Amino acid sequence: MDAFIFDHVRTPRARGKADGSLHEVTSVWLASRPLAALAERNRLDASAVEEVVMGCVSPVGEQGGNIARMAVLAADWDQTVPAISVERACGSGLEAVAIAAGKVMSGQADLTVGAGVESMSRVPMGSSGGAWAQDPTMSAKTHFIMQGVSADLLATLHGQTRRDLDAYAVESHRRAARAWSEGRFARSVTPVKDFVGLTLIERDETVRPETTIESLSALKPAFAEMGQKYGYDAVALQRYPQLQRIEHMHHAGNSSGIVDGAGAVLLGSAAAAAKHDLKPRARIRSFAAIGSDPTLMLDGPAAAARRALERAGMQPSDIDLWELNEAFSTVVLTFMSVMGVPHECINVNGGAIAMGHPLGASGAMILGTALDELERTGKGAALVSLCVAAGMATAMVIERV
Amino acid sequence: MNSRTTVVRCEVDADGIALLTIDYPGKSMNVIDQAFMDSLQHCIDRVRNDASIKGAIITSGKEAFVAGADLTAMEQNLENTADDPPPVLFEKYGSLSRLFRNLETCGKPVVAAINGVAMGGGFELALACHHRVLVDAPTAVVGLPEVQLGLLPGAGGTQRLPRLIGIQAAMPYLLEGKHATPQQALEAGLVHELAPPAELIARARRWLLETPKAVQPWDEKGFRFPGGNALDPRVAPAFVVGNTMLQANTHQNLPAPQAIQSCLYEGSLLPIDKALRVEVKYLMTVARGPVARGMVRTLFISKTKAEKGLHRPAGFPPFTSRKLGMIGAGMMGGGIALVAARRGVEVVLIDRDQATAERGKGYAEKSLSKQVERGRMTPDKRDAILARIHPSTDYELLRDADMVVEAVFEDRAVKAEVTRRLDAVLPADCVLASNTSALPITLLAQASTRPERFIGLHFFSPADKMPLVEVIRGKATNDATLARALDFVGQLKKTPIVVNDARGFFTSRFIGAFVDDAIGMVAEGVNPALIENCARHAGMPVGPLAITDELSIDLSVHAGEAQAKEFPDEYRPGRSVPVLRKLFELGRLGRKNGKGFYDYDESGKVLWPGLAELYPLKPVQPKPHDLKQRILYVQAVEAARAMEEGVLLSPADGDLGAIFGVGYPAYTGGPFCFIDGVGVAAFVAEADRLADLFGEQLRPPQLLRDMASRGQTFYGRTAIAARQGRFA
Repeated sequence: MDAFIFDHVRTPRARGKADGSLHEVTSVWLASRPLAALAERNRLDASAVEEVVMGCVSPVGEQGGNIARMAVLAADWDQTVPAISVERACGSGLEAVAIAAGKVMSGQADLTVGAGVESMSRVPMGSSGGAWAQDPTMSAKTHFIMQGVSADLLATLHGQTRRDLDAYAVESHRRAARAWSEGRFARSVTPVKDFVGLTLIERDETVRPETTIESLSALKPAFAEMGQKYGYDAVALQRYPQLQRIEHMHHAGNSSGIVDGAGAVLLGSAAAAAKHDLKPRARIRSFAAIGSDPTLMLDGPAAAARRALERAGMQPSDIDLWELNEAFSTVVLTFMSVMGVPHECINVNGGAIAMGHPLGASGAMILGTALDELERTGKGAALVSLCVAAGMATAMVIERV
Repeated sequence: MNSRTTVVRCEVDADGIALLTIDYPGKSMNVIDQAFMDSLQHCIDRVRNDASIKGAIITSGKEAFVAGADLTAMEQNLENTADDPPPVLFEKYGSLSRLFRNLETCGKPVVAAINGVAMGGGFELALACHHRVLVDAPTAVVGLPEVQLGLLPGAGGTQRLPRLIGIQAAMPYLLEGKHATPQQALEAGLVHELAPPAELIARARRWLLETPKAVQPWDEKGFRFPGGNALDPRVAPAFVVGNTMLQANTHQNLPAPQAIQSCLYEGSLLPIDKALRVEVKYLMTVARGPVARGMVRTLFISKTKAEKGLHRPAGFPPFTSRKLGMIGAGMMGGGIALVAARRGVEVVLIDRDQATAERGKGYAEKSLSKQVERGRMTPDKRDAILARIHPSTDYELLRDADMVVEAVFEDRAVKAEVTRRLDAVLPADCVLASNTSALPITLLAQASTRPERFIGLHFFSPADKMPLVEVIRGKATNDATLARALDFVGQLKKTPIVVNDARGFFTSRFIGAFVDDAIGMVAEGVNPALIENCARHAGMPVGPLAITDELSIDLSVHAGEAQAKEFPDEYRPGRSVPVLRKLFELGRLGRKNGKGFYDYDESGKVLWPGLAELYPLKPVQPKPHDLKQRILYVQAVEAARAMEEGVLLSPADGDLGAIFGVGYPAYTGGPFCFIDGVGVAAFVAEADRLADLFGEQLRPPQLLRDMASRGQTFYGRTAIAARQGRFA
């Protein structure tokens, strides 16, 4: 059975700090806004929704205890709508859409939502702890290193230079600024209002079109001290002894930004489309996840993309548009070179380096970004992918109908 | 000792205070073994059951409190438990832990009156008491040094210490085996009070009479882990970063600190009884591995035996040097002079001119003054030591020397000249030792009129820091000379190994096998970064290319040429020779001129990119695992050859020499422990596989094949017989 995408909304992304525009609303409120928007703009009786799957990477504190269910209730959706939170690190939002789509494809639901949320300003990255870094046994077994050091490791392995990484980052800002100025996000971005009706944010806050290679060159590598002083480089070299050293090249300017945001995708069967008067915008062709080396952890998207393509019976050449989460410049540069994808076909409207990466929400956001772009350009198929902590990646192929 | 031996005496006084005195019959130190445990359990039962007993004091009848486990018995146990199933092992390894738990839950207050050194299990016993009074004496020290022998404190040490002082404060004691003096122990909270020796028992008694408490803090309701448990935000970084630092430093070669880290992490999340179970599981895992066995054998048992005169011929009176002639005032001569002067020996430090001799003394001045600056030595002490070093050019001053060491230029003619001059002045019984690292003692002795008094004493640089002396017996060296040389090494508080005379003796040929093979890898087209990393990851202290740069490439080239000239028949150019010669011709002399295998500048060193042009990288590089194996095996195979040829008298000499002399990784316990740990048959198979991959230098000698087929080992019940005496 086919799963179709009917609609997609996302919030603007706010700086994930105390002075960010979304810091003053609870993460549950934030999570509920795309749900409320979906129901409102589609004049949908939300009680028809049979499942809400929501990605969230730090499901503790106010994001804990199954935030998806609280978001459903906060959105004033009917109490009969069930909800589940999922955590696959940075892939959570796309994984939520995949699971929601899977319920439709397996014939176990007709109308579902895949969503994601992360209020990084309120529940900081790493808040949920976990055995990977903390349990001595698992840290040793996996050769755990900090993700930024992994990014520098990946760039070093592929011989990328600081200039390569910075140039990519500059282009991300340029493209994001152009997309905003041309209104390319208008269909999906919905402003966030608080509970008294004040509009808190209408646009992504972290895009800096004035960014240049020169301005970035002033930034110091962010992970050098961590790598050299706290042993992460040494552990990385234990896994990659062919390297003489880790070249530290990533910094705040060529890594994804820390932001708050949420997104949601309305999915369903052909029957649901007819029943609720919804127009299918795209069909989900396939999705796949893979596991890879937990130390390097950021090189998985190529394998995930290949697996998803194989499942769809497609070739890379069948894909018109690629969307890969910009966790770090090196992730996209490596993917482009491994998959042979030209820069003009990937992340054409910028990405997380410019607009930020609200961890659990990103997958549910960039899927919609890709869909909007397919429609804008009249193209057919897109592949969306994200690299995932501890050595994983997830990918999804969609096709306009 | 059978289990009825009374190791712990129990005397009850009129106040109902039981004094438990640990006083192992027939031993100078209290050690923990089965008899100790049975005896202590007996006393605990009495304290618990006898209503007239109000509390107990545990102290020792020896100078030290308890030195720890009986490691010799433990080493045998490791072998005896090899085939036990997990439930049996869990019982065995948990017995001491349960005993101490019985003690702290016996219902009566118990004080440890720590009258001296309390190490390992001895300190764990004290930690299981409700109150600790430590004698305030300079000889007293407490600590948990198990990690240094590849073990962990498995009788509650990893659980009680963090529950007393917090996880982060406990880490250095557990993970590094840090010791504490009485003052440090009091400040850190390891003990509750200090007492002068005469008041120790009285203080313990006073606590029992005035403020007794029979419940440990961790057994009280509402106990909170001091500083927070492992998941507390204040402590979590100590694990996130600590786990990584541990791996960065140990390359995952040392299971013990890893297990201790896990005991701290997992144990802090559990109530004490469950936590103690987890600790025992990690203990049995670590104790049964080859690393603990090898480290206990070599770093403790063999080292102790060597220092107690394993190879000292009997029948010669003990010798104490009063006047040492030190010929050659270079870095080595200066270092040896310093060591001897510190041990009270008058040293005549001779070189060709007075200025050079003075410079040799300068080494001692600099080293001792640094200690004075750091407050570790008084200026008076320094001056007294320096006053014993007499720089001179005059051999006449040696007419009453009882020991002479020469460390002049490594050239037979130069050494022969020195020998002749010494023969003219030395008393008849004075031993002449050469510090050569490669020239055969038998040949050098030919220059002497008294070759039977000639011996090799191979010190390692820097001589004041390196603990090993390789004693080389020449063909003519007599037993009296060997005895005197070993006594002299003992006087310097160094660890001796005794080897027979052959080119490179043991240590030089052993380290040479590694460096030669590793530089040979460059010629094969192995990525130099991979070579360096794999060596370090295998546990070598420095990469082979870096160490060659440090020693300087011209030195290596000249040493090879000298060997070729000196021994035209025996000399076989190593695989490294063409590579070293090439670099030498290009003027790349090593660190000293800023370019060798590496390029050097202020910011550090980078592998010279030109190497890849001289030796293009193989398109398919060897697997890192295979290279690490190659690095460990090429040396172990060389050690086995030295054993086969009779250069080594016992595996202990080889293991001690490898670890303490030339940096073979301590976690192996040395090449022979390593071979045993792998299993001789498995070692032979792996060495053959590596030889097929990388060359005949890795082919195991016949000795190992014979041992494998006979089921023999180097240590333990199936050990091959040790060799006696010198080889023909």
